[in-house]
Amino acid sequence: MVETMNKTWFLACQVQDVPENGGVCVKVKDQQIALFHFARRGEWYATQNECPHRQQMALSRGMIGSQGEEPKVACPFHKKTFSLKTGACLSGDVEAIKTYSVMVKDESVYIFLDSDEV
Amino acid sequence: MKIIIIGNGMVGYKFCEKLMAKNPQGIELIVFGEEIRPAYDRVHLSEFFSGKSAQDLEMAPATWYEEHGIKLYTGDPIMHLDCENKTVSSHAGITESYDYLVFATGSSAFVPPIPGVEKDGVFIYRTIEDLEMMRDWAPKAKKGAVIGGGLLGLEAAKAMIDLGVTDTHVIEFAPRLMPRQIDEAGSTLLQAKLESIGLHILTSTNTLEITGSDKISGMRFQNDQVLDVDMLVISAGIKPRDELAKNAGLATGPRGGILVDSHMLTSDPHILAIGECALYEGMIYGLVAPGYEMAEVAIATLLGADKQFTGFDMSTKLKLIGIDVASFGDPFASDGEVRSIVLEDRNKGIYKRVNISADGKTLLGGILIGDAEQYNMLLQTCKNQVILPPNPEDIILGSRGGESEGGAGVLSLPDDAMICSCEAVSKGDICSHVLHGAENIEAIKKCTKAGTGCGGCVPMVKDIVNHTLKSQGIYVRNVICEHFDYSRQELLDLVHLHNLRSYDEVLSAHGHGDGCEVCKPLVASLIASLWNEMILDKGNDTAQDSNDRFLANIQKGGTYSVVPRIPGGEITPDKLIVIGEVAKEYNLYTKITGGQRIDLFGAHLTDLPAIWEKLIEAGFESGHAYGKALRTVKSCVGSTWCRFGLHDSVSFAIQIEERYRGIRAPHKIKGGVSGCIRECAEAQSKDFGIIATEKGWNLHVCGNGGSKPQHALLLASDIDSETCIRYIDRFLMFYIKTADPLTRTATWLNKLEGGIDYLRNVVVNDSLGLAEELESEMQKLVDNYVCEWKAAVENPEFRKRFSHFVNAPEEKDPTVDFEVLRDQKKAKAWS
Repeated sequence: MVETMNKTWFLACQVQDVPENGGVCVKVKDQQIALFHFARRGEWYATQNECPHRQQMALSRGMIGSQGEEPKVACPFHKKTFSLKTGACLSGDVEAIKTYSVMVKDESVYIFLDSDEV
Repeated sequence: MKIIIIGNGMVGYKFCEKLMAKNPQGIELIVFGEEIRPAYDRVHLSEFFSGKSAQDLEMAPATWYEEHGIKLYTGDPIMHLDCENKTVSSHAGITESYDYLVFATGSSAFVPPIPGVEKDGVFIYRTIEDLEMMRDWAPKAKKGAVIGGGLLGLEAAKAMIDLGVTDTHVIEFAPRLMPRQIDEAGSTLLQAKLESIGLHILTSTNTLEITGSDKISGMRFQNDQVLDVDMLVISAGIKPRDELAKNAGLATGPRGGILVDSHMLTSDPHILAIGECALYEGMIYGLVAPGYEMAEVAIATLLGADKQFTGFDMSTKLKLIGIDVASFGDPFASDGEVRSIVLEDRNKGIYKRVNISADGKTLLGGILIGDAEQYNMLLQTCKNQVILPPNPEDIILGSRGGESEGGAGVLSLPDDAMICSCEAVSKGDICSHVLHGAENIEAIKKCTKAGTGCGGCVPMVKDIVNHTLKSQGIYVRNVICEHFDYSRQELLDLVHLHNLRSYDEVLSAHGHGDGCEVCKPLVASLIASLWNEMILDKGNDTAQDSNDRFLANIQKGGTYSVVPRIPGGEITPDKLIVIGEVAKEYNLYTKITGGQRIDLFGAHLTDLPAIWEKLIEAGFESGHAYGKALRTVKSCVGSTWCRFGLHDSVSFAIQIEERYRGIRAPHKIKGGVSGCIRECAEAQSKDFGIIATEKGWNLHVCGNGGSKPQHALLLASDIDSETCIRYIDRFLMFYIKTADPLTRTATWLNKLEGGIDYLRNVVVNDSLGLAEELESEMQKLVDNYVCEWKAAVENPEFRKRFSHFVNAPEEKDPTVDFEVLRDQKKAKAWS
């Protein structure tokens, strides 16, 4: 782990643990974080796992894709979609989700979190 | 600004509604109505006798006025108007001052001064009260009469028939019926038609006296003829209600009506008049549409906008006792240059006349009797000066075969063509609302009010909605999403042709962008429908919807349900015990489904592979409850046990369910097999339903439960089992290849041009020469079947995906929570 001020790169898993163009759920203490490997674009994203619409721990099981240029994830429950970049809800009326930075180094995937969260 | 409206009829109400729609600031609105009810739909008054209640006819409930801050006094006519001090006082003694006063007092029935009109049993036809009195009297009446052979008189005659007084005479002073709207030939034909349904018509007849003591017993005419009647309705015309205006010193016409200018202003600059009480350029406009237009103009005048009334087209269409009668433009035009084309079919009772300009290019007006279907089109053609086709007779004869559609349809109308003249809604208005999501007539009525007045334009509005949707559909509806510019059917052909096997390949070859939750499951389903390979393979797992991705149905709280296949609903005690044991071990809620199998709810993602391992070991297979695929083939017990059963429906259901299990389709598919006509398997509510007959099976297709239930239609009868399967092969494959995404077979059939007959031609008569191909494609899918769950639990790579935490695979989701219900668990409710 590399300390950066009060933030930390948390080791989530290995690249091969995450399906291409899909997500997994990462356990961080009592928190659940959805981690996505957007292989088509060579990008990684992390967000909260809970969909704010009905408070379901499900975003990691959602389909990812794009709306225009914006990368997004669709909750499997009611297909609310959220930007993977900003967390904003793209399908209307639900509050935004939290997003986190992701780093891949030597086949390991890290998520940038507050030090007291890990 | 304080505005008082005298009169709460249709036009008075419309004035309030239109004014409120403009959301004016600082306006106080007071309405005085003479009738005890708030404004109601007088145009459809006769529907009161065919079952509509007074409430149904209401323009708006009394609360509407309240909600809009309008003070409404009903049953309280204004008795006095003081123009100088600008006040009015009512019968009940209320005095109110105004800045502006609007007369919307309408008209009353014109009652000719015939001795005896005061007798019991003599009615006028104007208000709901009149109708109520008629209704009370009618049961005692045997012979009726109506004075007046115009539009209102014939309406009243219809009311008499509705009231059961079928022996009714219509008495008209003029030599023919409806002299103001239709020509002589038209009158003659109309009279013949009315007589053929039992009405007696007396034209050129002047009533001299109504006889009887207190009660009417007969009528005496100018030629000393007499007629016995015990009920009479006078409906000979209208008389503007101008008495209050006249007494207050406002200018009125010699034969009644409050004089107004093109701004609806009377001779007093603070007083306006609209509707049937207003006299504009010597004319009283006795229809609703011009009255509404006057309301619009009056509001513009009050709000300082520039709008003028410049007369109004008196075209009209109505159904008189089941007979269409319409006239439009100038129905009588006959000056030397005008060409009239007349179609008269006495046999069918149809008369049509159109008047065409000398150069043959424009329509000036016309008359339609017996069949007025073309009225709206002709009216618009006339109003918008649409250039006529080279053979103008086509516009009334309709297309007589050949390629051309003769005249122009709604498509040829300009955007500013006025479709609903009551509410002043143009074609362009309707089109733009359709494009913004008002995709049916009800929605259009709601947002534009088109069709809510006289209702005459409704068929045309429907046409415009459909045409607009159709033209839109080509671009928007059928294209899958922003990532694929193809319809489902087109993409299926491309994927087939290029032998593509994964979502990513398809997106790279034929799409753009990075896909989405619409195209991913759709393409994944296409690939499965074409090749029937393991759906989680080749990276397709992340293109599947969550249910398909984890081979189970996601439920509230994030757990999954497990549904093993129980073909035909037949299960051994041993297998039942295994299901019970598995449910107990993993603490699952169990329920019998509507498809004769057992659903196990509340399984953690992490437990799914282990649960299925046990089920598979006991001989179960995936039930595909999570997929757009064959669900169940429901069966009744059939001839093996049932004393009525003709054939072994269970065996046949099992054979069929096992044949089509696992096949992916545009939507879920359900089947049923019944052993006799009693239909205990409810096969006719399924996508395909088979019912035993003495000689074989009847095959029904495209039935549907769900929100819009639809019975399956008979595709073939008395066929043997082998033929039945071949037809289902062809039917299902044809559906899979041509249906829009997420379209059940019922909806697919509804959209299929030619409907069930076309489908029967394709499937049974092989009209497209596709039968063999469809069968062999289906056979390939059948041959490729493997149980997905078996493949999943045996492959460590697939199996690895069934964990909640990637960094703690053995842990379950700790947020999953259950509640207890009737000794089982249930998911925690949504918060």
